[in-house]
Amino acid sequence: MTLNKMLVAMMASVTLVAGAAQAAELSIVSGDTGTGLQFLQSELDIFQEETGHVVTIVPMPSSTSDQFGQYRLWLAAGNADIDVYQTDVIWAPQLADQFVDLKEAFAEVADQHFPSVIESQTVGDKLVAVPAFTDAPALYYRKDLLEKHGKEVPTTWTELRQTAQEIMEAERAEGNTEIWGYVFQGNAYEGLTCNALEWVNSFGGGQIIEADGTISINNEQAVAALEEAASWVGTIAPQGVLAYGEEEARGVWQLGNAVFMRNWPYAYALSNGDDAAVKGNFDVAPLPAGEGEGAKSSATLGGWNFAVSQYSQNQEAAIELALFLSSAESQKRRAIEQANLPTVQSLYQDEEVLAASPFMAAWEEIFQNAVPRPSAPTQENYNEVSSLFWSAVHNTLSGNGSAAENLEVLEIDLDDLLQ
Amino acid sequence: MTSEAIGAPTAAAQPRQKSELMQQRVRAARLFLLPMMIALAVVAGWPLARSIYFSFTDATLNDLYGAEWIGFGNYLQIRVLESGRTIYRGVLADPAWWNAVWNTVRFAFWSVLWETILGMIVALVLNAEFKGRGIVRAAILIPWAIPTIVSARMWSWMLNDQFGILNDLGMRLGLLNAPVAWTASPDTAMLAVLVVDIWKTTPFMALLILAGLQMIPKDIYEAAEIDGVHPVKQFFRITLPLVRPALMVAIIFRVLDALRIFDLIYVLTPNSAATKTMSVISQENLFQFNNFAEGSAQSTLLFLLIAIFTILYIWLGKVNFDGGDR
Repeated sequence: MTLNKMLVAMMASVTLVAGAAQAAELSIVSGDTGTGLQFLQSELDIFQEETGHVVTIVPMPSSTSDQFGQYRLWLAAGNADIDVYQTDVIWAPQLADQFVDLKEAFAEVADQHFPSVIESQTVGDKLVAVPAFTDAPALYYRKDLLEKHGKEVPTTWTELRQTAQEIMEAERAEGNTEIWGYVFQGNAYEGLTCNALEWVNSFGGGQIIEADGTISINNEQAVAALEEAASWVGTIAPQGVLAYGEEEARGVWQLGNAVFMRNWPYAYALSNGDDAAVKGNFDVAPLPAGEGEGAKSSATLGGWNFAVSQYSQNQEAAIELALFLSSAESQKRRAIEQANLPTVQSLYQDEEVLAASPFMAAWEEIFQNAVPRPSAPTQENYNEVSSLFWSAVHNTLSGNGSAAENLEVLEIDLDDLLQ
Repeated sequence: MTSEAIGAPTAAAQPRQKSELMQQRVRAARLFLLPMMIALAVVAGWPLARSIYFSFTDATLNDLYGAEWIGFGNYLQIRVLESGRTIYRGVLADPAWWNAVWNTVRFAFWSVLWETILGMIVALVLNAEFKGRGIVRAAILIPWAIPTIVSARMWSWMLNDQFGILNDLGMRLGLLNAPVAWTASPDTAMLAVLVVDIWKTTPFMALLILAGLQMIPKDIYEAAEIDGVHPVKQFFRITLPLVRPALMVAIIFRVLDALRIFDLIYVLTPNSAATKTMSVISQENLFQFNNFAEGSAQSTLLFLLIAIFTILYIWLGKVNFDGGDR
């Protein structure tokens, strides 16, 4: 690991020194997921053809928290070897000081993109990163099983619980002993924060911490939401869901062992792969709504962006690269080849995009319900806030204290942290 | 025993005053040690000093060089609120930290205990003469040779509740009536981590003990045999006392390793409060959260704890790193 890093750093610095003359040599760092790096390389080839700048990819593990830890260290040390970083939607406020303001460079094309995405990358008056693609989860459901048992697609969590329970019991009675009703991301990590924020928000329970900084999580609707979620574990969801991330949930789902799943769009293409038991037998819908006042369907806003390091020796070329990767042309190729959701609104009506990824039409509705995680009001403390939140939720799900008790303590902890 | 009897008079016969040659050799030895000391100071001493320094400042990763000295604030601060209530803040008043300390100690105790017992058994078996001993000795080292990250990832799939092989086996053999989510449930998370660590490190323990066993002269056992000493008594009266020096060194290596356990837990159960150890919690504060100074304080405390333990162990256990008993 360390040796690798040293090698990468050495190589990067050598290329930097060698290429400073005219056409710049840049380094871009990106996490590796599926065929993401291959796609990035093909984009960089086009970029090189157009501009003459040569770009090297520095690959990173797919875990976002591993990436974040490493980037933090590099940026803290003023590392000049990396010019462009691929950043998660929630990092902007935490790393804002170390990235270049892209507002001016981006001004021309800014109104092509979803305003909420641009807003999520704006800290104060500074545009920290430009969007590459966006992400919003959906409810995956088994068309064949719903049809077989004469059920509708659920629109509330109660309906989901009942439908899942009934289908699961009926299927098990028929000998399909492996089947479960619902799988989601219940492990204690950022993914649980996303899931639980959706539950709370869909019950009208706010967004943990509101945009103005008030801690709103300790309320009756949030308690009701977590109680509902806790009732799934061990009934319609396996006990092991408490250790599931995206991939574990997809594993159960793709083997045909779940009626419903909450997941990000990347699972759509994979679930339609030839080795998937659910191929052609599923569809997606917005996540269910809660109950009570202000109940609605909500989906946590995800997505990735490109930011330019303040310590880059070739800032102009690096900004050029970031803009290229977030351009409508690049996003279109990304949507077609990677099934990533574009942030350029017009691409949702683009025939070629819809032909390659027909599900994207369905996502436009999901995307309208997207709720941001409270990274903007919590600034540098976001990761700790998220960790406190997912711990409280995980405790509740595993029966370690009631929802009301855990949220009460969470409120005090958040208050201490943010005071 | 025999070597002591022979060795003692020769040592006493040596002249007290060091000869010219002797002094020269000591000087040469110091010179040869110098590069290593410099390397150690650069790669171990400086970072250690730096992180101890940071633990007394308000450093954050966004502003490392603008850090200001705040004394013991990261360790413990006592604040009196306007209402007259006194509150305690800092690592030493943080229940999450003490939970991590307790997890670490618990982990170190149980893992080293089982690794010692199992390692001893394996070493005794391998010390016996049998066909193919060389191959078995090499094969048993495999778990230890696999990088921890790889074996931890491997185990996390094996322990998975839906497609893990352990649950599958347990169900087929009728040992489990429902799949268990080993790493997810707070009740079994520590057990899962312990099992993987014991699986991984027992070979290391066995190897060190085996080296100790092979130093024991065979004729002692022959003599015991002739006197009709029971094998169990042979083990406790001959093997154990004679292998003790090697065993003590092996145990201290393992305890030091276990006290700073990080990679295994980071991969298997990164966010479970039931298994979070001191290293994991300090990494979290250093790089994930915006608490670089607090994380430094936690690393410093971890360093102190390990240092104190090592000193006590060497002192109380009379460990002699030359390999002989004192």
